Amino acid sequence: MNKENIKAHKFGMVIDLDKCTGCGSCMVSCMSENNVPFKEDESNKKDSITWMRVYKLTNGKSFPDTEIAYLPRPCQHCGGKGDHGHSPCVSVCPATATDYGYDTGIVSQIYTRCFGCRYCMGACPYHARYFNWWDPEWPEGMEKYLSPNVSPRMRGVVEKCSFCYHRFQAARDKAYYDGRDDIEENEYQTACTTACPAGAIVFGDLNNPAHRVHEIVKPDPHPASNNPNVVGKSRNPNVFRLLERLGTNPKVYYLSEREWVRKAGDNYLEGEWDNIKNHHGSESHG
Amino acid sequence: MDSALIPEGAKRCSFPIFAVGIAIVGAVVLWGVYAMGLIWWKGLNQTNMNDYYGFALWIWADLAVIAVGGGAFFTGLLKYIFKVDELKNIINFAVIIGFICYSSALLILAIDIGQPLRGWFIFWHANVHSMLTEVAFCLSCYFAVLTIEFIPNILENRQANKVPFFHHLAHNMHGVMAVFAATGAFLSFFHQGSLGGVAGVMYGRPFAVREGLLIWPWTFFLFTWSAAAFGPCFTLLVTKITETITGKKLVKDNVVHLLSKISGWMIITYIIAKIIDTIYWATVTVPGLGFNISHFYSNNGFYGYWILVTEILICGVIPGLILIMKSTRENPTLRLVAIVLGVVGVCLNRWVMVLQIMAIPVLSFDTWALYVPSWQEVATTVLPVAYGIILIAVTYRYLPVFPQEKELNYVQPATETK
Repeated sequence: MNKENIKAHKFGMVIDLDKCTGCGSCMVSCMSENNVPFKEDESNKKDSITWMRVYKLTNGKSFPDTEIAYLPRPCQHCGGKGDHGHSPCVSVCPATATDYGYDTGIVSQIYTRCFGCRYCMGACPYHARYFNWWDPEWPEGMEKYLSPNVSPRMRGVVEKCSFCYHRFQAARDKAYYDGRDDIEENEYQTACTTACPAGAIVFGDLNNPAHRVHEIVKPDPHPASNNPNVVGKSRNPNVFRLLERLGTNPKVYYLSEREWVRKAGDNYLEGEWDNIKNHHGSESHG
Repeated sequence: MDSALIPEGAKRCSFPIFAVGIAIVGAVVLWGVYAMGLIWWKGLNQTNMNDYYGFALWIWADLAVIAVGGGAFFTGLLKYIFKVDELKNIINFAVIIGFICYSSALLILAIDIGQPLRGWFIFWHANVHSMLTEVAFCLSCYFAVLTIEFIPNILENRQANKVPFFHHLAHNMHGVMAVFAATGAFLSFFHQGSLGGVAGVMYGRPFAVREGLLIWPWTFFLFTWSAAAFGPCFTLLVTKITETITGKKLVKDNVVHLLSKISGWMIITYIIAKIIDTIYWATVTVPGLGFNISHFYSNNGFYGYWILVTEILICGVIPGLILIMKSTRENPTLRLVAIVLGVVGVCLNRWVMVLQIMAIPVLSFDTWALYVPSWQEVATTVLPVAYGIILIAVTYRYLPVFPQEKELNYVQPATETK
């Protein structure tokens, strides 16, 4: 492994669904931070832009056994099959308008290169990608509150969560200015992480054992024994990823002590869950 | 009025009747152009697409016209490379239909993208890993080939052919057409295939994803094979429609029977491969991802098993069987039923491989998403059909498209009596 690879980050987050109250602060802070435009009527969730979207899950049982969980869903920043960087969206974009950062693990979107074919949206099973069906507009006066660090997007292009990449750039610049090689954990935190009043979101470098996200997730860097496409599976029995079996290898993990919530993260054939639920990343790999 | 332009010996309706027909279809074109203008001016918010339906009616139309336009490359391959000489009597028409289909596909793509002025980015910033990049390159190149194949026929217009340069150019182009036919077949193999690959590589979408050979998912080969199989059905169908409207026989039965037979065997071999693919996908691929096949055909208001049965059995196996058996193939009614079913079948396959993929929930807590196109989408999808009708009408009227027309519609000159 060369020096570049040793220094490579792999930014990711873990969201504690038992702490999440569904308050929506993450959504609001995300929209505000990233200059996400909005419509007068946002009731149609299929054409409204919500980089961070909170889903409401239920266990399907009737009162008094009903349980609710809220699941915030940013872009999953997939590493793709085998975690080689060929995310479902990155590999299909015909104009290289979405790219995988091997030094950060972040899936970027180059708005000025996107020509709006929407193939990436079709390829993403998480519906994390949004198209600008309209010109971006803000109510009069609100333009003054736009962030100067994030470019607004024009009509006809796709956008999505960037893990607040501009914050990473700012942190990196500061570290460089200070004469440091790398950034500190608390120097780069996404807007949703800092806004969550319950502290349900933990963000950091999955490659750095000193980071909290690594401590919670304990990612297994080796391919899963039952699916070679899956890399980075959590060795924490309460941690899971959405649609992990597809081999998309998201860098967003979820944490819950409730079994039905963990089960909702993926699809299982009848009776399969009982065999799979205790299969976690190999303990043998530190 | 325009008799000097009409091929020698050919009988055509009077110009006013022709003009009225063109005007009626032209009105539909104008409707489509108006919708197209709205979309370019106001954006894709004029459609009913949304973030679940990034691909919708247009992409289906795109895939469908390219599939049915496959008759051009396959007939050209048979005629020029495999030397099936009888097909010279239908090749001009197959090329014109192909030209219409591919120009329509390019037009639809130009409407479909959110930033039309950046369309060239697909070539400039090409991502070699994307199937859509392969589609763009091969589609554009093949459209150029089709244009080259179309030119000699245009130059054979009665007036154009009087110009010695055009006459010799057309003659010489015919002489080297095998090179273009081979190029066209090569390009078609890749763009038809890569259109199939567009769906097959989406490994985040269990309904679409397929295993495959090297970088190509099985849908790559299935799309190429189905276009070659069902494309000739569309050529035959449009020929039949043209014969009905003009009230003339334009292609001899032996040519129709031959192309039907080839199409039939292609359909049968394709549908066997398709059935094997479906069984493998249903029993190995999707269970491995945690899904039962029933997940893809239930709990929604539209997509049921009926669509699978219709595509494979009713519009695949049945037309294939009709066309491979001599007795049924040579029965005009049954043959027409078969080619109509075949065209519907391949269009249905493209529908499923675009819209059903988008409709199906993948996240366990998500729901089905159904979609109804807006009038602007419908109008711009009808636009290429109307444009195609006009182009066929004009070429039929002014170009010697069907070499057997004169022979099949020979009218004994009236003998003068004293």
